[in-house]
Parts: sequence; C-alpha cells; structure tokens
Amino acid sequence: MPDQSQTVLSLRDVTLSFGPKVIQKNISLDVRKGSIFAVMGGSGCGKSTLLKSMIGLLRPSAGEYHVGDENYWAGDEAHRTDLNHRFGVLFQSGALWSSMTIGENIALPLQMFTDLKPAVIRRLVELKLGFVGMLQAIDLYPSEISGGMRKRAGLARALALDPDILFFDEPSAGLDPITSVRLDDLILNLRDGLGATIIIVSHELPSLFHIADDGIFLDPRTKTPIAHGSPRDLRDNCTDPQVHAFMHRERDEEGNT
Amino acid sequence: MVLSGTWQARTGNIPVFPKDGLKKAPGAHLSFQTSDVQAWDTGLVAFLWDLKRVAHDAGISLDMQTLPGPMRQLLELLPEAPDDPVHHKKPRAPFLETVGGHAIASMSEVGVVSELGALTAKGAVQTVLGRSRMRMVDLLANTSDAGPYALLIVGIVNFLIGAILAFVGAVELQKFAAGIYVASLVGIAMVREMAAVMTAIIMAGRTGGAYAARISTMQGNEEIDALNVFGIPTSTYLILPAVLSLIITMPFLYLYGCLIGMLGGFVVAISMLDITAAGYFHQTITAFGIGQFIFGFTKSLVFGAFIGLTSCRIGLKAGRSAADVGIAATRAVVVGIVGVIAIDAIFAVIADVLGI
Repeated sequence: MPDQSQTVLSLRDVTLSFGPKVIQKNISLDVRKGSIFAVMGGSGCGKSTLLKSMIGLLRPSAGEYHVGDENYWAGDEAHRTDLNHRFGVLFQSGALWSSMTIGENIALPLQMFTDLKPAVIRRLVELKLGFVGMLQAIDLYPSEISGGMRKRAGLARALALDPDILFFDEPSAGLDPITSVRLDDLILNLRDGLGATIIIVSHELPSLFHIADDGIFLDPRTKTPIAHGSPRDLRDNCTDPQVHAFMHRERDEEGNT
Repeated sequence: MVLSGTWQARTGNIPVFPKDGLKKAPGAHLSFQTSDVQAWDTGLVAFLWDLKRVAHDAGISLDMQTLPGPMRQLLELLPEAPDDPVHHKKPRAPFLETVGGHAIASMSEVGVVSELGALTAKGAVQTVLGRSRMRMVDLLANTSDAGPYALLIVGIVNFLIGAILAFVGAVELQKFAAGIYVASLVGIAMVREMAAVMTAIIMAGRTGGAYAARISTMQGNEEIDALNVFGIPTSTYLILPAVLSLIITMPFLYLYGCLIGMLGGFVVAISMLDITAAGYFHQTITAFGIGQFIFGFTKSLVFGAFIGLTSCRIGLKAGRSAADVGIAATRAVVVGIVGVIAIDAIFAVIADVLGI
C-alpha cells in the first residue's frame, strides 16, 4: 500500500478570480494520496471554480498549486498537458462528446495518447465500461442514454488513461438515491482498486458522509475557506454556525438554507 | 494460476486469455498466486476479466480470496456474462425504396415549411392586432444583424458584380462601337437579377446559417422544449422575428445592391471606355422601366421570406448533438442558396409568360 501521508496535490494561498471579481481567496489545502477529498459549500461559493482551477482550466490570480513535486502553473502548456494526463475528470453533466458513441468517447484519449492497436483499445474500452456497468451501451450515442448513464459513461471516460488523480464535479447531483449510492460504492471501489486519489465537489450530504475522508468548506460571504476536515468530522465537531447549518441541513441565522 | 511480472495496459502486450483455455470442469476452483506481480494496472484486470468469463463458461469458480484486495474489488465490478451491446442497425433499404422515401420526405417537408409559414403569418397578424407575443426587442436585434451589419459585404459583392458585368460587356460591345450600352447592360442585369440573387445568396450564407445554428443549439439545450412547455409558440417567438427581419431588410439591401452594382459598372465603364459620366447616367435611367424594378423588388421579398423560413425550419428539425448544429448550419446555407436560384428560375419563367 502507498504511504497514506504522501501529498499529491497542494494549494498555497490561492486566490481565484474572474477579472476584478474575486471568487475565493486564501485557499490552502493538501490532498493526501489515496484519500477522497471533498470540496463543500453552498451554491455559488466557488466550488466548481476551484475544481476548474485544479484541472488547469482557470489560472489562479495568486498563490501556488503543486501536483506532486511539480509547480503546476510555473511551466509551459506542454508541461501542464503532461501533468493533466495524471488527471481524470468527470464533469457535472458528463460532457460526453455528443457526436461519438460511448465507446468512441472512451477510445479517443487512448487513440490520441497511446500507440495501442485498435483491438487493444477496444478491450480497454470494454473494461472501463464494465467497471461502471455500462457495457451494453458501448455503441450508443450520448443522446440515447439517460442522465445517470451519461454520468457513469463520463466516469468511464475519466478512467480511460488510468489516471491516479480523479476529479468529480457533483457526481451524484440529479441521480436518484439508489443510483447515487451505487455510484458512491463504485467510487470507493475504484479508489481502493486503482489506488487513485479523488477530489469531489458536492453538496450531497449522505454521499459526502459515506465516502469522503477529508475536505474543505468554502464560504460564499467571506470568500474564503472556513473549515478543513472530513465531512463526518465537521458534522460532529465543527462549531462554526454556517458549517453546522450546512452539515445538519438547518436554516442559518439569516434564514437562508 | 501463477501471475508474475509487470502488467500495464499502456505497453499494449497484455495477453488475451484464450476462449478454450479452460476445460469444462463444473465445481472446480481456480486460485491465484500473485506475489510475484510487480507493477500492474487495469491491464491485469482486463486479463483477469477474460479469465473470469472463460471460467464462468467452463463452470469453474474463481477463488477470489486469493487475489489481493484491489484486484479483487475491480474484478468483482465486472460482469462474468456481459449483455450484448445494443446496436442500432440500419437495414439497407432497396434503391427504389430509398428514392421513394426521400421523395415522400421532401414532399412532406414542403408541407411542414408551408405550415410553419402559415403559423408565422398568423403570428404576424396577431401581432398587428395586438394579441401576440412577439417581442420588439427580438425583431430589432434580428433586423440590425440582418441589415446594417450586412451592408459592407453586400456592398463589396454587388460592386464587384457590377464591375465584372461592365468588363464582360465592354469587351464585346466595343467591337460594335456600342460601348454606351454597357450602362444598360449593367443596369438591367443588376435590377432584374443580380442584385436580388447575390444579396439573397449572401444572406443565406450569413443570416440563414446563423439562424439554423442558433435554433439547433437551443434545441440541444432543451430551450425549445422550455418554450413549448410555457406555451410560447416558437412560430411567433423565434421564427416571426427572424423571417420578418429578413423581409424588412432584404428590399433595402436589394436597392442598395442595385446602386452599388451600377456604381461598380460606372467606374469600369468610365475608366475603360470613351463615355462621359452624364452619358452613362442618362443611359442607365432610360434602360429599365419601373416594371423590372418591381420584379426585382418582389423577388428580394420572396427570397427573404424563403431564407428565413427554411433556415428556422432546419434549425428546429436538427438533432441534439454538437455535430448536428454543424449539419443544420451547412444544410441551411445549401438549401438557401439552391432554393434562391431555383426560385429565381421560376420567376424568370413567370416573367417570360407575363412579358415583363
């Protein structure tokens, strides 16, 4: 087993902004290898923006971001592309390429970045679809399958290049509770099986309590993180009224849910 | 089974477990010895999955406990008897059936476009009566996009067309010392045909393509569904402003195209031939009557309505993927250009019969 205390991702005093508009500031966090790290917070607090920045779609206006020992934003674009091959990303609505079948969606990264033969690629595509239980949909187009299936297919695509860091943006949003629990179990299985590190953006409390073992809580008002720790720990021990309200689904002092 | 060495998918040399690799032995167990496996990833799991399926067929059960935890968890996710993938087989229809199908489809398409036109016209009437929901904002936005912003390209194309006509005419007419008739040639050609047709082709490419792309993107985002649920008719909300803006701007662009085309002809004629400016001007205004002018004007109105309606229809009919947006835009441009030229031909026949 890998050393559990090893840090794979770290942010130091990162500020995220769109032009003059600051989304979040002073974000510092460390993601341990093999952990499931939750980014929590109410709607509009900048969770997805933080994820965007971590996968290289948004350059922070200040601060440092390290992937392993490498400074992510210090190098050129080729350097970042190399680092990105360690990432697998599941986008909020799957973001499957709509003009390709599910199988082709998963095959594309393999065709672009490996020299594998078509038969080998097909075998790996079937394997990844088998993991998420979607083998029968291999020749269907994204428009022909349901939202939950699109999410699972997106997960299979995220796994295409055997990444060691997985990013999930709202994996269980819009799924029924049963499918959502299955997806949680799948995420745990994949983490244990592949030894991957998972960063998950979510506000589905049951799912967070079930799978996440570390996390950060972003506050939309002060525009800065207000709590660090696993969701279970924050639920039981955090005294901050906002975090408490979030974790216990209460109305906070200003009447917002 | 003893496994050893590195098993990485990227190397591409993961063996396939043969389908007849295990003899039928119901009730038998297969256990694993994996202590010599070094680096492994999903490549090893792919191999184990093959084995799992073959073993299932042979009735042999795998002793999963002898696999390390991570391998076991991944392998357990995989089905031993996968369902067959769902295919969408398109049976190849016989040639005649295909042709017939296309013919019927294009006929019904004419019907659908006509119906859409009727609904749009109805929406227009209701708007006039104050009972409709077309928003003036949309009409203004569409009109400014189809009008003022198109002036430059319409001007350039018509100027060049006028100049080219003058060139071609000057070469031949000079032989008969009839150089002054270049003015008539350019004037009649622009007013009767070229200004209306060229402007329509530009608008089909520019505005028609944009309408089709916009509406098909809305289709993909379920925006059209949202409109339908609210009971906002797409014919009045989307199509009417699009069609109306083209009907409003096309005649103006036609007039502008005529003038610019004649200017192009004038520039070439003056510089190439021994003609005075006043002579050219005089010859131009005596060349064509008001009838030909009305003919060209009417055509530009029809072209505008045609481009607006067909491109909106193509956008509404489009599929929901990114590729479908591209297909819709292409089709709108092609249908627009071919349709404009075909309608122009019909007008030519009608003009011949009526003697305009």
